[in-house]
Amino acid sequence: MIQLIPRENVSPVLSLLGPLFSIGFTMLIGGILFYFLGVDPFAAIKMIFWDPLMSETFSTYSIPQIFIKGAPLILIALGLSVGFKANIWNIGAEGQYIMGAIFGASFALSLYPLESAFIFPLMVFIGIAGGCLWSLIPAILKIRFNVNEILVSLMLVYVAEQILALASLGFLRNPDGAGFPGSRNLSQYPSASNSELILGTGIHLGVVLSLFMIVFFYILFFRHSLGFKIKLLGSSPKAYSFSGQNPNKLIFICLTLSGGLAGLAGIMEVAGPAGQINIDFNVGYGFTAIIVAFLGRLNPIGILFAGLVMALTYVGGELTQFMLNLPAAAIQLFQGMLLFFLLSFDLFVYYKIRLRGN
Amino acid sequence: MDLLEINFAVLVASLIVASTPLVLAALGELVVEKSGVLNLGVEGMMIIGAVSGFIVGVETGSAYIGMIAAAIAGALLSLLFAFIVLIMQANQVASGLALTIFGLGLAALMGHPYTGIKSPQIQTISIPFLSDLPIIGQMFFQHDLIVYLSLIAVFGVWYFLSRMRLGLVLRAVGEDHDVAHSLGYRVISIRFLAITFGGAMAGVGGGYLSLVRVPQWTEGMTAGAGWIALALVVFSGWRPGRLLIGAYIFGGITILQLNLQAIGVNINIAILSMAPYLATILALVLISSSGLHGTRGAPGCLGKSFVKTV
Repeated sequence: MIQLIPRENVSPVLSLLGPLFSIGFTMLIGGILFYFLGVDPFAAIKMIFWDPLMSETFSTYSIPQIFIKGAPLILIALGLSVGFKANIWNIGAEGQYIMGAIFGASFALSLYPLESAFIFPLMVFIGIAGGCLWSLIPAILKIRFNVNEILVSLMLVYVAEQILALASLGFLRNPDGAGFPGSRNLSQYPSASNSELILGTGIHLGVVLSLFMIVFFYILFFRHSLGFKIKLLGSSPKAYSFSGQNPNKLIFICLTLSGGLAGLAGIMEVAGPAGQINIDFNVGYGFTAIIVAFLGRLNPIGILFAGLVMALTYVGGELTQFMLNLPAAAIQLFQGMLLFFLLSFDLFVYYKIRLRGN
Repeated sequence: MDLLEINFAVLVASLIVASTPLVLAALGELVVEKSGVLNLGVEGMMIIGAVSGFIVGVETGSAYIGMIAAAIAGALLSLLFAFIVLIMQANQVASGLALTIFGLGLAALMGHPYTGIKSPQIQTISIPFLSDLPIIGQMFFQHDLIVYLSLIAVFGVWYFLSRMRLGLVLRAVGEDHDVAHSLGYRVISIRFLAITFGGAMAGVGGGYLSLVRVPQWTEGMTAGAGWIALALVVFSGWRPGRLLIGAYIFGGITILQLNLQAIGVNINIAILSMAPYLATILALVLISSSGLHGTRGAPGCLGKSFVKTV
């Protein structure tokens, strides 16, 4: 018989090994999968995990790209990790990301072509507010009517996607765009453009902010009472209530915080790398960030590395699409697999396994 | 624009077709949740069912064989979830999300060569005499086999959960797994079976979507149907009869919305397309805030891991 004994203290070594093992297993199983798809597994794995960093032909472009794609993932994942710790499941970050972009871009474009130093900061603020507002809906419904926040936040992703379509075909459509869908390009509007900070790399303010936020969340989790309260609510809601705390306040904080960060990621993306509001603006960062949060073990430092690894698979995935003609969905499959391995490995982190005779 | 252009009998008939994938998937999830497991991977299992059913349907030329393949594919994927959650004790919410992400990726990969192909036809079975009734016959008695089977399944699940011994055991496991375990019931095995049933039902629901409802394969074609099925379970208060009514109301909103688009009502298509999702949120709010039953039907151990201690 196999018996599971809960560990008194979570093993820090295993806790670190988990993500590494999971990445290894994903490579292995992914390689087998590639083999059956008729693709050379070694070439494909090398192209996803190695070439973006080391290849002379790709790395000058790829390495900054990893940071650019990692920034929204890290921003969103940081916000989500707060809620996940407290067992509050905002899985609609994709919708909050879209709404942040639409709110911020709408504000900036309504002032076009006015130039002013106030436009950019106000636009970022309104973008954050847009994300907050969208996550406020599940928050209020959860607090006021006890409606499941998982389902509401997810339903709102589909609503946000329709609003995105409405915006790109309607109220934000570029009047000089010859009838094509999509808004004006914000990179051609200096007051609203989230322009690159290091010339030729594409590194923008969002990347810097994501690194700054890691420090902020580290302090929040480990040096502030809010971090303790979040952990308490997550591990024992009853103890939390008995200690005289109001869980509703924390539900509100967790959801709006994650919504605001998703909104920030959205406005940074639309004013920077994406450039405009368009039908295909969202590429699933909001969902991938869920994996990033878990891969980083809901820890800010972990999320930094997890975000960069996940961004690496995005960049590497683009390379395989381009060079080996692999479908984009293969990367999504990889990411799902990674999360499976990671969650399974938790067994060894939280339990000791003992074999005993009957 | 003319609202009278919408034929009521056709509307009800297409409402039933639109609701059937939801009925099937939600019914499966209801049984899973009654056993105490929350599987958020319905969307992933549905889309795997949709793509597998479509591929097998096209290759064999038979929609029925396609449906069976869809059920098997959904069940296989759910076994992965069952293993991770029941054996590896992983967090159910996160594992369900992983299942959805994984399923969407795998389905897109599998279905890539099959985009734009037409699926084999499924024949409608007119029930003798009843189908000849005016209006009502056209509404309810000229459907395909799966629609009738879905209605039988609703009755079957109700009967199983409320009238059969094994159903009672399943509910006991969901209500309090420690007590059920000490009474000698095999918590893990029962949950394994429930999850597999849920997977097969979600698979068939997906297969119905790609083989009958649409009928073709497009990437991401479930478009949140799995999540709506999850919402329906909550809406139903974990009761099969109410689940059927909920699914039909929901299907009605979808069909009405599509009909309004078709006759060119002066409302933006994007706003009409939001209707099903907003309706789901509204339904959840109404059901959670009304003192009628709220979450009273929710199993006590929903979403909790079971660790055998003795």
